[in-house]
Amino acid sequence: MQTYQDILTSKKSGPGFDPDLVRGSFPILNTTVHGKKLVYLDNAATTQKPESVIKALDNYYRQLNSNIHRGVHSLSEKATEAYEGVRDKARQFINAASNMEIIFLRGTTEGINLVAGSYGRSNVGQGDEVLITGLEHHSNIVPWQMLCNQTGAVLKVAPIDDKGEVILSEFERLIGPKTKIVAIAHVSNALGTVNPVKRMVAIAHAHGIPVLLDGAQAVPHFRIDVRDLDCDFYAFSAHKMYGPTGIGILYGKQRILEAMPPYQGGGDMIRSVTFEKTIFNDLPHKFEAGTPSIADTIGIGAAFDFLNGLDWDAVSHYEHELLVYASEVIGAIPGLRIVGTAREKAGVLSFVMDDVHPHDIGTILDREGIAVRTGHHCAQPVMLRFGIPATVRASFALYNTKEEVDELVRGIYTVKEVFH
Amino acid sequence: MSELRALYQEIILEHNKKPRNFRKLEHATRTLEGYNPLCGDHYTLYLKIENDTVVDISFEGAGCAISKASASVMTTMLKGKSKDEAQGLFETFHKLVTGELKDISFETLGKLAAFAGVSEFPARVKCASLAWHTMRNALDAQSEPVSTE
Ligand SMILES: Cc1ncc(COP(=O)(O)O)c(C=O)c1O
Repeated sequence: MQTYQDILTSKKSGPGFDPDLVRGSFPILNTTVHGKKLVYLDNAATTQKPESVIKALDNYYRQLNSNIHRGVHSLSEKATEAYEGVRDKARQFINAASNMEIIFLRGTTEGINLVAGSYGRSNVGQGDEVLITGLEHHSNIVPWQMLCNQTGAVLKVAPIDDKGEVILSEFERLIGPKTKIVAIAHVSNALGTVNPVKRMVAIAHAHGIPVLLDGAQAVPHFRIDVRDLDCDFYAFSAHKMYGPTGIGILYGKQRILEAMPPYQGGGDMIRSVTFEKTIFNDLPHKFEAGTPSIADTIGIGAAFDFLNGLDWDAVSHYEHELLVYASEVIGAIPGLRIVGTAREKAGVLSFVMDDVHPHDIGTILDREGIAVRTGHHCAQPVMLRFGIPATVRASFALYNTKEEVDELVRGIYTVKEVFH
Repeated sequence: MSELRALYQEIILEHNKKPRNFRKLEHATRTLEGYNPLCGDHYTLYLKIENDTVVDISFEGAGCAISKASASVMTTMLKGKSKDEAQGLFETFHKLVTGELKDISFETLGKLAAFAGVSEFPARVKCASLAWHTMRNALDAQSEPVSTE
């Protein structure tokens, strides 16, 4: 597969993507906020859902609802089939080798906690090291910190430069004989930086160290091929890629998952239980204890279908153009500074303004119907690195348009007017 | 725009730009931090209390216009007030920003009136109240930092 950059270059000449063709599929985009048409630019927090996903949830409860992997009755069989069918779709979507490598769980956060709790607890010990980067979301920091506190291991952080790019020489230097696992965001939620994860995985693998990628902000924006990336784990959330909340996927290489102990115990993850001994179920069920979020899993299946119906590379290219346009017009506003200027970015535009706090900007934009996020974006160390308490973050999805970016620019001028 | 103007009154913008009593207070008898974890507002409030009276008050820190102006206005109102009077002002202010104070004359409110618009912006009540909560806890001689969460 090509890199993100290749996708962008190759699509320059191809047929474009027209967001107006999909906007109609998202009912919420037709609503108003404070009497203004909603301009939804908080997609990194969660994306809106297309009609097909909403219908899939509704349909599941109306026509399929029953528990899976249990009953012999028809409904249970149908529900199980639908649930397991989504595993096929997920495998294809990220090009995993086998359905055994696809674990359904609550989201990116739970995926990372699973790896830290299971792989980490069995492979990381006193004096060992876990390596992350300076641009991680709290969910790719705290589980590792907890692991380190429990085991006496040390958390190492590869620093980022003023553009918001990980300093690769430092990253490489920090990998040593004590490093037991590396965890990296594919795309930063606070800055938009696309990390060169394929290279970073290769560097870690050269030292024999497995790598977890936090794909929460990558999956919504470009094609993912876990085999091409060669990562050992890949975690992402449905709700950031047009699917429901409460469901996400952890990919893990079969060989590694097989060697890992279960993360939680309960029903579904066992083959047989006596009071003396439990035999665990095979992959992937070993990691899916209890009744899962069946409806939401069906929902993420609908999200995969929705995305598979689009020319995915054309979408990436369109979104990239939109981000470039937004960076130009917003970056040109006097007294405004873009935070995060990496060479490769996806989906996110963070900025600060002289003399106006992000929180005030957020309130004023909201009155104009524009939804952005203000704050530290669950990435306080990133804010610290840039010496700011917070930013305003506009984050984009495939249904956003240049007109909406122009609305944002007008909104920012309203901020200036209020604060003169 | 009119609601925004009601929130961002001239007084608020002016206090945000030039906060009063914005410094560390030497010889403070009470010092307390207040922060709003969600948006990162973070202030330190200094009080000098003698005979149950606020003889001096100041603050430092950073945050949004609403939280900063509120802290600034508060410091200008509290100097020379007794603890009971300060407590009374806290209650008035709290009712004002949560929309529980209707039909009160602007004379009674004095400078606090500038914050009447906050009640239309529920997400901002925490910003407006941060310094006030911090002040009240400091008067109660509490030492735990105040968090609005
Ligand atoms: C980069 C990144 N990692 C992890 C997460 C956590 O995702 P979730 O809350 O869906 O588990 C997010 C969500 O904000 C994110 O942006």
